[in-house]
Amino acid sequence: MYNQMVVRHSTAERGDSDRIDRLFHTLADPTRRDIVRLVLHTEQSVSALAERYPMSFAAVQKHVAVMERAELVYKRRHGREQLVRGDIEALRTVNRLLDQYEAVWRSRIDQMDEVLAGSEMETEPGAVAPVAPQNRTTKEKPR
Amino acid sequence: MTVMDVTKDPATLTMVVTAEFDAPVERVWQLWADPRQLERWWGPPTYPATVVDHDLVPGGTVTYFMTGPEGDKHGGWWRVLAVDAPHSLEVQDGFSDDTGSPDPDMPSTIMRVVLSEEGGGTKMVMTSTFPSLEAMEQLTDMGMEEGLRAAMAQMDEVLAA
Repeated sequence: MYNQMVVRHSTAERGDSDRIDRLFHTLADPTRRDIVRLVLHTEQSVSALAERYPMSFAAVQKHVAVMERAELVYKRRHGREQLVRGDIEALRTVNRLLDQYEAVWRSRIDQMDEVLAGSEMETEPGAVAPVAPQNRTTKEKPR
Repeated sequence: MTVMDVTKDPATLTMVVTAEFDAPVERVWQLWADPRQLERWWGPPTYPATVVDHDLVPGGTVTYFMTGPEGDKHGGWWRVLAVDAPHSLEVQDGFSDDTGSPDPDMPSTIMRVVLSEEGGGTKMVMTSTFPSLEAMEQLTDMGMEEGLRAAMAQMDEVLAA
């Protein structure tokens, strides 16, 4: 694992951790995931959202409230409408963690490929250096 | 590039990586089953792994350590949950403390690997499940720096080729 080589989880990051917990909990619901996708592109009124789903206005409003607490969306008033808009930064936080883990595995699979290719290459690139002079020697005695 | 697909599900704390290799299933299985081959890909290039124990049977243990550029050593372990050679493997994947014993303060993940024949090659589906969001955060926090360094090292290799 790449993991163990570095930092232990610092207590300073605890607040951030709670926030991320809320984000994941919020996104565990398929309706809320759908709403987030929608409002990331276009601001929507709560009543417009309520028309899309087989649930009451109050139920949609409740979902929006949960998402607002998780700071996934923002709400603002426009006349008698409540408009909901998504916060792209919040979603980036969620995906960042999984992206990092993905990078670890992409790197491993690249290395698996090298092993399968039968390359007896050294792990450290520097160790390959002596090959060049040897090649020259063989070329020099072609008689 | 043999990574075909990566699916990440934040709701279930799961990541699925699908890769295809131009080699038979038996050959790809050896990457996991042969400790000498495992240590050539498990650690990042700058932290090569050395496998100590490698008992790939249910209930068995695999232990290893990785050696950093400054000679620093970092240990880890697998607890083997299920094996069906050469098709599937499920392990709990965790860290060791300085004495080489499992470190109870460090989170572990469940890793499941399934190999199947596909178009003359092998499809590998690796599913990683984190026990909690906090554990995932802890692991990825620690992986960030080294993962980045490994990725850049590999870019260098490509550019030099």
